Amino acid sequence: MADFDLESAEGRLEALRRMVTIRAFDEEAGDRFADGEIPGFVHLYIGEEAVGVGTCAALESDDYIASTHRGHGHCIAKGLDPKLMMAELYGKADGYCNGKGGSMHIADVDAGMLGANGIVGAGPPLATGAALTIDYQDRDQVAVSFCGDGAVAQGQVHEAINLAATWDLPAVFVVENNGYGEATPLDKQHNVENLSDTAQAYDIPGLTVDGMDVTAVAEAVAEARARARAGDGPTFIEAKTYRYRGHYEGDEEPYRDADEIERWKDRDPIESFKRRLIDRGELTEDEFDDLQAEVDAIIEEACAYAEEAPAPSPAEAYDDMFVDTPPEIERFAEAARTQTDGGRAGYGSGDDTDGDHRGD
Amino acid sequence: MMAQTELERAEETETMTVREAIRLALREELERDEDVYLMGEDVGLFGGVLEVTGDLYEDFGEERVRDTPISEAGFMGAATGSAATGARPVVELMFSDFAGVSMEQIMNQMAKMRYMFGGKAEMPVTVRTTEGGGMGAASQHSGTIHSWIAHFPGLKAVAPGTPESAKGLTKAAIRSDDPVFVFENKMIYEQRGEVPTDEDFVAPLGAAAVEREGEDVTVVATQRLVGESLETADDLAGDVSVEVIDPRSLYPLDTETIVESVRKTGRLIVADESPLSYGTHAEIVARVQEEAFFSLDAPIQRVGTPDTHIPFSPTLEQEVLPSGDDVRDAIDLLT
Ligand SMILES: Cc1ncc(C[n+]2csc(CCOP(=O)(O)OP(=O)(O)O)c2C)c(N)n1
Repeated sequence: MADFDLESAEGRLEALRRMVTIRAFDEEAGDRFADGEIPGFVHLYIGEEAVGVGTCAALESDDYIASTHRGHGHCIAKGLDPKLMMAELYGKADGYCNGKGGSMHIADVDAGMLGANGIVGAGPPLATGAALTIDYQDRDQVAVSFCGDGAVAQGQVHEAINLAATWDLPAVFVVENNGYGEATPLDKQHNVENLSDTAQAYDIPGLTVDGMDVTAVAEAVAEARARARAGDGPTFIEAKTYRYRGHYEGDEEPYRDADEIERWKDRDPIESFKRRLIDRGELTEDEFDDLQAEVDAIIEEACAYAEEAPAPSPAEAYDDMFVDTPPEIERFAEAARTQTDGGRAGYGSGDDTDGDHRGD
Repeated sequence: MMAQTELERAEETETMTVREAIRLALREELERDEDVYLMGEDVGLFGGVLEVTGDLYEDFGEERVRDTPISEAGFMGAATGSAATGARPVVELMFSDFAGVSMEQIMNQMAKMRYMFGGKAEMPVTVRTTEGGGMGAASQHSGTIHSWIAHFPGLKAVAPGTPESAKGLTKAAIRSDDPVFVFENKMIYEQRGEVPTDEDFVAPLGAAAVEREGEDVTVVATQRLVGESLETADDLAGDVSVEVIDPRSLYPLDTETIVESVRKTGRLIVADESPLSYGTHAEIVARVQEEAFFSLDAPIQRVGTPDTHIPFSPTLEQEVLPSGDDVRDAIDLLT
């Protein structure tokens, strides 16, 4: 069962709620990063909400997604809990990855989220692999990868698409073309104007959709999903979108001018979808204000949860390397658990350390 | 973990080659568990360029013995994603030298996902790959890279030296819920030996095998050098009593068995085909000196490839490849 779909008024409201949640989450994450509360770096999804939400609106809840370094929006679109996400951004023990992943690695495999990813272009092979499992085990799912326009220049992205196309796997490749790979514009990275043209090389459908329009994205993905489930293989979907913020928080953006940003904001995905719902009589301004207030409360609660959540204990640094912890790691864990520092010194206490052999 | 010694070997055995032992392991695991499938370049119809997968394609079909495009990053990543979502892929990476093209998926995805996700992913993927010089295959098809993998946190690495270990380690790797690389030295595929026929026989990860007991010197040898060290030990019998240990599992490594042996013999030689600097030898030496420094009666010796690539010309190749003779020279030096 899909969590929400755009065919129903309820589903449309849920899509709007998720887009609003993404924006509120990322605005708050940006502020808290600027305040020095969140370590590492964060890449915000603001402006691109329609792509993640449109995609997930077309998926069943047990479908898989593989994400990117800009993954908060994908997580929320997939239905992950902002509390556990924010706790992960804070590096807390209660975060999605027990504080081991942070912003760039939020994951919940059981919920179908195969991880945000710090490596540009690494997600598509993982989605191809998930699609391979689905196909191999005759399961009724699909696997979707998100990647940026910059990632389309990575070799492994093409290997993943070729593999999925050759084996007719139930995969969907969604490219979020926001016009820039970090600071470098699209035309300096690719020789084609529409990245979807590359689909021709794999003899799979390639289409370009308006990534500011949640419905357009959802329709394209729904069709791709149906095609994938019918055994007809993957689809390449390019969603043209825009990020309002810098590549990462703190980016001064010397590579683009404010006018360009304003022009895209005129087509804001949340604003335009909200207008549409109001025009259809499915929402009033007051109801929207209520929804916004509800979302703000959720984000506030998430932040409070993240602040209060306990930090991991040092010994947890040694957990989760393997299913069975080998002695090589266990000795450090043991030392950390007993809070002695003896374990770091070496392999063991050694033989004859009383030194009677010294001077032999 | 208990090491396996010559004294406690299985009763029911059959003589076969390393290649046959690995194929048997694959067959038994394919039969045992439907989630297990094989993939790699030419592993199916063709039976593998080094003929390891043989007739498995005919018996299990193209879904379970899958030919891939020549796309190491793609299929190594697909294996990773597939393992994380509930299947048990066994990948053949034709030559370990090709790990280079897929290293991103190996080091940043396969090795890190479980940890980064706070333990919320299992990664039951096996990568079988070939190593070693001796065939005149030159530098890009003869490398020995297990030190890279064993060095990289989050990956397990095993390297059989006998047909028995080849079967047992392959099965243990496939049954493990962690990513395990099985490094097969291509020069021992034809080596014959007794192999347990019990379908539940596995060589546990992290347990060394004492292949020969001795009193005077411990030789820790891997892969091809296990057999060559055993021959050398036989030649020297009567003069020097040599204990030969095959660690089999490089990560995790059975430190205990090695240290125990060094405590008995007081002398250690580490023989492994990988390059000498900063690698497998160094790790074993470090562990022994940390635990058994005062038991040593002589400096530890290393036998390996002298930090060159493997050259093409047979005379050059023989020059750089370590052998049983090098082990003998090292023993001479110590005794
Ligand atoms: C393999 C790799 N190379 C470089 C980087 C550094 N990097 C992080 S994000 C990024 C730009 C990615 O651009 P794109 O794929 O278009 O995604 P967007 O940031 O626009 O969402 C780069 C170069 C990286 N993380 N991984």
